[in-house]
Amino acid sequence: MITTTSQAVRVRGLRKAYGDVTAVDALDLDVDHGEVVALLGPNGAGKTTTVEILEGYRHRDSGEVGVLGADPGRPEPGWRDRIGIVLQTSGGLDELTVDELVRHFRVYYPAPRDPDEVIAAVGLESKRRARARHLSGGQRRRLDVALGILGSPDLLFLDEPTTGFDPEARREFWSLISSLADGGTTIILTTHYLDEAEQLADRVGIITAGHILAMDSPARIGGRDRDDVVVRWLDEGEPHSATTDRPTALVTDLAARFGGEVPGLSVDRPTLEDVYLRLIGHDTRPDTQHDTGTGGHVDERPDDRSDGPTLEATR
Amino acid sequence: MSRTTASAHERSTATPSPDRTKPSTLRIAVARTILETRIYFRERDSVVFSFLFPVVLLGLFATVFGGGETVFGEATGGGVDFARYFLPGMVAAGIMLVSFQTLAIGIAVERDEGTLKRLRGTPMPPAAYFLGKVGMVLLTGLAQVALLLAVAAVAFDVPLPGDAGSWLRFAWVYLLGTAAGTVLGLAYSSVPSSARSASAVVLAPVLILQFISGVFFVFNDLPSWLQNVASVFPLKWLAQGMRSVFLPDRLEPMEVSGSWQLAPTALILSVWLVAGLLLCARTFRWGRKGDS
Repeated sequence: MITTTSQAVRVRGLRKAYGDVTAVDALDLDVDHGEVVALLGPNGAGKTTTVEILEGYRHRDSGEVGVLGADPGRPEPGWRDRIGIVLQTSGGLDELTVDELVRHFRVYYPAPRDPDEVIAAVGLESKRRARARHLSGGQRRRLDVALGILGSPDLLFLDEPTTGFDPEARREFWSLISSLADGGTTIILTTHYLDEAEQLADRVGIITAGHILAMDSPARIGGRDRDDVVVRWLDEGEPHSATTDRPTALVTDLAARFGGEVPGLSVDRPTLEDVYLRLIGHDTRPDTQHDTGTGGHVDERPDDRSDGPTLEATR
Repeated sequence: MSRTTASAHERSTATPSPDRTKPSTLRIAVARTILETRIYFRERDSVVFSFLFPVVLLGLFATVFGGGETVFGEATGGGVDFARYFLPGMVAAGIMLVSFQTLAIGIAVERDEGTLKRLRGTPMPPAAYFLGKVGMVLLTGLAQVALLLAVAAVAFDVPLPGDAGSWLRFAWVYLLGTAAGTVLGLAYSSVPSSARSASAVVLAPVLILQFISGVFFVFNDLPSWLQNVASVFPLKWLAQGMRSVFLPDRLEPMEVSGSWQLAPTALILSVWLVAGLLLCARTFRWGRKGDS
């Protein structure tokens, strides 16, 4: 790329209020070139406001914002050539076909991608001649992505890109985003799907009440790598589980007790969803006491369906 | 803490490499004109209610009132038949529908559906967007006038002016009216609060103006207070200007003022044009209310 800054995005002390309501409050954010960052947070946490300030749509009240080295509030000529945006809501342009839209939007960019490649990349080849109004929700979203990546942006914003996708479409979308990231595109993504963040992001930022509560790789965020682990097994057909910070020791004990293979053994770190809910203050994961005694602690009990650390309970 | 320094930020200024040639605003404007025109003709509403509407009305008026009756027959020694009398009004109404109504509704919908926001997020220069709208209005407007005149001449035997002077007058009245209608449509597009309400919010004043501006009725038949109200708005002047083009000179004394009033027509349409431009510059939004 032509320009090299140490970061693609640099935000310091960002603040934005709507009347009495503070949407973004002293938010700091750094995104490196080529990085994929996912922003998670409850509705109203300030994700979209933050992203729309970075995209140049909204004005900030105070703070420092640099996006590809420019202030999005006063973009220099050529800045928008390097940015791709997929907005949270997409509509309009109903009467035009996929082909017509992709070919038209190309005209805006100095170095656009090949329209056929883009249409193929988002998997809309069979819908080339379909008008936008006849596309399904997921197909429409893929058209939005096609228009967003058309200018081969250095930085791509995706605001809840896969809402309304079926699981297969989501998988396809993930591989598309991964291939863009492999090609060096910096990506900032907001999402409500924690599996999506885990799948795509180099780092995850959790936003609540307008600032970033935690930011780290999906494996480490919120101390996930050091967190207690749930070990599950079957004893005489009865499910048992234990929460421990020393899973290897427990599994060794179990192996000794069963004399080899432990029936129904599983060892699970807290999911990103567990960590997320704990961080935003809705801890539904039981038995996560942080006993750091030298011997570690093992809290063993028969598994009770209603009590277990199941995902269903947190949804 | 960040290791970024101020100098690193200054260095980051985007400098396009030689192979990246920025597409010109004009090229994008042409592409947008083609796109806008394509959308216009694909939307049934715009085709029926702005493109064909004046043609259908002309046909209706000419057929309903056609039985050999004339307008101003006694006063002018022969008068003109209804098709000929109403043609200028339909041309004027067509200009308002294609410029003001199409843009006011269309842009309100584009704003509400997020199309404007999407465009604003691309490198498309705003000027190209506005030029595209102007290009679309000119293309569809000229096609509409051509159709109207052809229908009038072929189906209803309306004689069209044969001298260059009349067509020159047509050209400036047409362009000035279209320009005013275009900027006023752009400005008025901010009035409807949603796509859902846009049609009603735009159609009501358009319909009223057509009733009081000498499009549906002979202007002289309106009560004088209503004539005065209509005289504030551009459509009355546009219709009058078109009458000066398409009606014979012997009908000029039949105008309420006794004259075609070309100078005041130019003045008032220009005032609306400038007012509309100022209003657009101050009020045009790319997002919905509160989107900033």
